[in-house]
Amino acid sequence: MSQTVKKERSMILQKEMIGGLFKELGTAKELGKKVVYTFVPGNLSELIRSFDMLPVYPEINALQSGMRKKSRAYIREAEKWGHSEDVCTYVKCDVGMMLKGNIGPTGEKVPEPDLLLLSYTGCFTFLKWFENLERMYPGVPVALLHTPYQENGEITNEMTEYMVKQLEEDVIPKMELVSGKKFNREKLKTILQHSADTEDLIVKIFDTTKNRPSPIDAYFAGVYYIGPINIGFRGTPQATEYYQELYNEIQERIRLGLGPVTPEGEMEEERFRLVVEGPPNWTSFREFWKLFYDMGAVIVSSSYTRVGGVYKNGFRHNPDRLLESLAEYCMGCYTNMNLKQRVEMLEEEIKDYHADGFLVNSIKSCNSFSAGQLMMMRSLEDKLGVPVGFIESDLVDPRYFSYSNIKNRLESFFQMLEQRKLIMNS
Amino acid sequence: MTKLKKLIDKCELLAFDLNFKKAKKWKLENDNRVLVGYMPIYFPREIIHAAAGLPVGILGVGDRKQIIVGDAYYQSYICHIPRGIIEMALSKNFDDFDGFLFPSICDVIRNLSGMFQMSGVGKFAKYMDFPQDFNSHIGGKFYIQEMQSVLDKIKKINNVDVTNEHLNRSIKLYNINRRLIEKIYDIRQEFPWRLAAIDVYHILRAGMVIPVEEHNEMLELVIAEISNDIGEPMDNIRVVVTSSFCEQPPVSLIRTIEQSGCYIIDDDFMLGSRWIQGDVEEDTDNPLLALSEAYIKKSTFSSSVYDVGNPKGVRLIALAKKRKTDGIIFAAPSFCDPALLDSPLYQKACERENVRYINFQYHENIGQFKVIKEQVGAFSDSIKLWEI
Ligand code: SF4
Ligand code: SF4
Repeated sequence: MSQTVKKERSMILQKEMIGGLFKELGTAKELGKKVVYTFVPGNLSELIRSFDMLPVYPEINALQSGMRKKSRAYIREAEKWGHSEDVCTYVKCDVGMMLKGNIGPTGEKVPEPDLLLLSYTGCFTFLKWFENLERMYPGVPVALLHTPYQENGEITNEMTEYMVKQLEEDVIPKMELVSGKKFNREKLKTILQHSADTEDLIVKIFDTTKNRPSPIDAYFAGVYYIGPINIGFRGTPQATEYYQELYNEIQERIRLGLGPVTPEGEMEEERFRLVVEGPPNWTSFREFWKLFYDMGAVIVSSSYTRVGGVYKNGFRHNPDRLLESLAEYCMGCYTNMNLKQRVEMLEEEIKDYHADGFLVNSIKSCNSFSAGQLMMMRSLEDKLGVPVGFIESDLVDPRYFSYSNIKNRLESFFQMLEQRKLIMNS
Repeated sequence: MTKLKKLIDKCELLAFDLNFKKAKKWKLENDNRVLVGYMPIYFPREIIHAAAGLPVGILGVGDRKQIIVGDAYYQSYICHIPRGIIEMALSKNFDDFDGFLFPSICDVIRNLSGMFQMSGVGKFAKYMDFPQDFNSHIGGKFYIQEMQSVLDKIKKINNVDVTNEHLNRSIKLYNINRRLIEKIYDIRQEFPWRLAAIDVYHILRAGMVIPVEEHNEMLELVIAEISNDIGEPMDNIRVVVTSSFCEQPPVSLIRTIEQSGCYIIDDDFMLGSRWIQGDVEEDTDNPLLALSEAYIKKSTFSSSVYDVGNPKGVRLIALAKKRKTDGIIFAAPSFCDPALLDSPLYQKACERENVRYINFQYHENIGQFKVIKEQVGAFSDSIKLWEI
């Protein structure tokens, strides 16, 4: 492992973007900017921006709290307030943070919402989460966008029509009311064009893992790469610039034959290529990642980086179909796809990216991901004969991260991959 | 044995026949009949009935079947009900079923629909997305399309054309069913000792697996019997039990609550049978619209419905008051996000209104009730001592 970790320009750009957003949020109330609380999957960042409002994503606050070791106290606070130990810890972390004064990840107070936009995609718990928020911010208008599930593995015209009507008759009027601005189609068109450009770049970036060695880790580094689009920058020129820069840097890595960058420098030998299903653990993120790169395991594709949108299948925000494409975006997110579609997508990725194995990180909190994962895993094993591995952790509850357990399981999994390689080579 | 006792015993057998023999026999009586299983909590059974089908409620295996393969499909931190359902599916308990419906309540049930699709059980497995938009021309319209898609799937199987007349007839029968059930609850509100909660449970659960016509006859008989002055009142407090709408508590748990000094005056065990509050409009020239309007305007409160503007805590307390109860028992399945995430909201509402409550968790096959017995007993005693 090379010991130098050089900050690439893309990293600096990303840091500036995120820092800037939190700064803007910090002064939002003084500057009279309206703040919208909403969720990452199926987020309507473009629409929010078209009204010059600022988004706050409770899940992002929760994951940041997890990474900064604050989630344990927040979860405890929410449990004291009455929440069960058994429920999604993202919700509890967020509720706890609010009960503790709503101090955000950067140490600044997160401004209170002017609008609660429940765009409810791929997870039923979002609905419950916002009912809790609504009680905490009585009187704040709530706009609801119900995203139908792709139960039959398709998006029908009726589903799109249902969503467009909700946008036209509930979401947009509420945004007009809160922002005091009229809905501006032309402005949204321009924003969506930027989104489409960004999405092209994202597909190209995640496709670079086809190379050997893979120049990036599509899970551990992937979660950083999707950061800007998941926190509301999709549709901005800054996002396009960031992704272009990132893409160029990755191209350079490919030219030089380099592997992924890890927190401890460049990974020198790529031994195992994996596809991973499920969100990562945030409370011990570095330790967790290290378990992989120490073994020369690189993640060539992960479903988690698709929660905020699936673009590989050709979906792009479309300025000529404004509201329809917002609707289709919401319906297309990974956790809004049925299990069959999810398996097909993973199958394709295992093949396309020449993965040696498939691993599930099953998250205690998240039924949206976890329920059915064991069947998906078995189905992939049967279909492709690919070795499969299974570990369990949680997003932000450190009580459910057992380092030794995960290490043991991963070691057996890597041994299995090693043996298989030997057999295949002979 | 009294007529009532005989009927209750029959209902218990029906309710827990995990091979659904009665439903399967019913199907064999006519070539175009179909069996459609549906998961908790609510489904407009009227449309299945109108399409020559029998809607069969699938409520899990409770403590009546050992889980052997089901556990291999679910992580330890997922509730219990889907394990039993997948176990039944793989053990062929659902042979002869034509299709399955998975109403939107949570991601576990949602993903279970995918597991059925992947396993190829039945001719269709549909997740039924209930609208969260409660405008007739938006959510209502979408709901009609969802119902129509179920009808289309059934038509592909039995080629039965569903007419307005069929639908209106079915609506009438289910209106009667709901009225009769409410009548039983109303009688029990005054005279809870006339019929134990566990008997109500068996009677209602039997109604999930037999034709509505037959269930209506049973309910009539029950009402006739409990309209008489039977049984002896006991010194029990009166409670509403809630949060048990999906994974069912084992019947011994229901019995334990009553034996620990509480009359269960209302509950949400069979919420689907009581979902629509009042009648669905009968004899219209657009019965699907009538069903949709009933869903949009007459749904009860529930963890599966986004409640902004109509807080469920207020509605639960109104129910507890209407039923003249002394307290509320929150009994939720372990790991049930919808029920458990609602609990603090409900409980804060209780605290605001000075309504006494306790809460505990269960899973469908627990066998130990000692702790719950003590907790419920202490709850009942404290109310008896200080408040009655
Ligand atoms: S259940 Fe999963 S997707 Fe839903 S809020 Fe929790 S972590 Fe997010
Ligand atoms: S018990 Fe709760 S979590 Fe489990 S399937 Fe039912 S509603 Fe979902």
